[in-house]
Amino acid sequence: MSQAAATVDAVHDERAVGLWADAFRRMRRSKAAIIGGTIVGFFVLMAIFAPFIAPYDPTRGNLADSYLPPFTADHLFGTNVQGQDVFSRIVFGSRLTLGIAVLSVSIGVTVGAILGSLAGYFRGWVDAVIMRGVDIMLSIPGLLFAIAVVTWLGRGVIQIAIAIAIVNIPIFARLLRGSLLSLREADYVIAARSVGVGAGALLVQHMLPNAIGPLIVQATLALATAVVDAAALGFLGLGPPDPRTPEWGTMLSDTYRYLNDAVHLAFFPGIAIVISVLGFNLLGDGMREALDPKLRR
Amino acid sequence: MAKFIIRRLLLLIPILLGLSLLIFLFIRLLPGDPASTILGERATPENIIRVREALGLDRPLHEQYLDYIGGLLQGDLGRSFLTNRDVVDDFLQRFPATIELTVTAMTFALALGIPLGMLTAKRRGTWIDNGGTILSLIGISIPIFFLGLMLKWLFAIQWPILPDSGRIDLIQYYIPPVTNMMTVDAIIAGEWGGFVDALRHLVLPGIALGTIPLAIIMRITRASVVDVLNEDYVRTAHAKGLRGGTVDTRHVLRNAMLPVVTVIGLQTGLLLGGAILTETIFGWGGVGKWMYDAVVANDYQIIQSGVLLLALIFVTVNLIVDVSYAFLNPRIRYS
Repeated sequence: MSQAAATVDAVHDERAVGLWADAFRRMRRSKAAIIGGTIVGFFVLMAIFAPFIAPYDPTRGNLADSYLPPFTADHLFGTNVQGQDVFSRIVFGSRLTLGIAVLSVSIGVTVGAILGSLAGYFRGWVDAVIMRGVDIMLSIPGLLFAIAVVTWLGRGVIQIAIAIAIVNIPIFARLLRGSLLSLREADYVIAARSVGVGAGALLVQHMLPNAIGPLIVQATLALATAVVDAAALGFLGLGPPDPRTPEWGTMLSDTYRYLNDAVHLAFFPGIAIVISVLGFNLLGDGMREALDPKLRR
Repeated sequence: MAKFIIRRLLLLIPILLGLSLLIFLFIRLLPGDPASTILGERATPENIIRVREALGLDRPLHEQYLDYIGGLLQGDLGRSFLTNRDVVDDFLQRFPATIELTVTAMTFALALGIPLGMLTAKRRGTWIDNGGTILSLIGISIPIFFLGLMLKWLFAIQWPILPDSGRIDLIQYYIPPVTNMMTVDAIIAGEWGGFVDALRHLVLPGIALGTIPLAIIMRITRASVVDVLNEDYVRTAHAKGLRGGTVDTRHVLRNAMLPVVTVIGLQTGLLLGGAILTETIFGWGGVGKWMYDAVVANDYQIIQSGVLLLALIFVTVNLIVDVSYAFLNPRIRYS
């Protein structure tokens, strides 16, 4: 290989750092992303290994042990009115909370992305119909919308996830449509179209990969909102129908009548919500900074 | 300008029509029949048929929808399934309480959020900035219901310096309802003790509801002020010898306010949703508590009409925000 060719290869190698590798590298430098990622990772591990971490069965209580104070040898966070171990309920509750959050955001992103792509790519009446629908959905305050959907579908974990997903759909549809509209006029898209790349391939191979960054950031932040909304539904008594199911929001609502003498029952699940939401928010903020091309060096 | 407002108002029509159709279908597609919900478990088949006829549920769907729209246009949103009271009357009676709470929360958020955002922007990179950023992140991450419970526990139970629920001490004060806003009615009645008591009742729910907007306004103000501080005209203002305070208020803050105004509009929707939680925790007799009670009691008529009314308010507020842009920023010309 000649000297010149080697140099070209070296230069090429340096440039080969793709968007994702670059974003990941910069995320590792972001304090917010690291702290947020650690918190989220902590809760994910907690959800996966819940049976090994939790000392008690979260659904089973011993009435003789009800209302035990926190920080005792047997019950780290105390027990509730049914004598169930609060710590075990929080550990198992992470499964439900994270599950609902991930499921609802996945549905929201998928449906929203499909609608947003259709609107942003085809324009015309497709765009008009979809975006008016989005306007209608955005005109209803989110939590209110979720409440209405749950009362409509009935109580249950899947129903809660669907309710929160529906609230998310218009947000993602609008976001992706906006990105696609600006990408339509990008030089490389015009170039690809002019060499005869078909509509589907153009959208999937050329435009979507470049529109996906903001979508991922928004999805991470939406996870934070989903955790809060799921807990809010639980708090309002629209949580899982089986009262034994450990769900953070429901745990809070169970206890707010006993605030006088058992504040720990509200305190610990509340702190679990705050920390997990903080984790998703930090991770989302960190990712936004890492993926923002304007901030790239 | 007038043209822009009219166009925006016309755009509201399809949105509201779509909303009403959505909500209409909601009621009709509900699993279970409204008639059996009204009559309860021991309904006889004859009674169910009679109630269905009375509600017009036996007629074709499109006739029902036209009827419903006709009712909407005349301000008739139906009656509560359980109390048979007019939904609009109920709403209008409770809405002032929610306005009172929302305005308090927003005042709290703006009064603290803008100065704090300004302060952290001016002290960028110092511990004040870092501390403020961390606090605002926590503020965004605290769910209203948790913050509300903790405030209630701390300031109404542990150190009982503030009332834990309600809008006024009903044993001590009687305020004749005029506007249904307790503070305003107390002034009208000349009951100053009652006015102070009503204000005391507003503190905890106001803080609970206002904390998230406070954190968001603070972040947006900081980001926006940082942008403006780098502008040439700010340097020029300093260079020509204007006092720091004058530059901050006349040049920086005024130009940094645009994004903040957008957020205020968006936050109103969140406040209306958040009012459901706050009012439930603090026994505040507003629209939120009313909606919550309707959810618990399965009173679909109230839930659906309430959603429509709150959505109407939400889009109206956002319209007002859009219009106020033009006044704040002469660079935007609506055509």
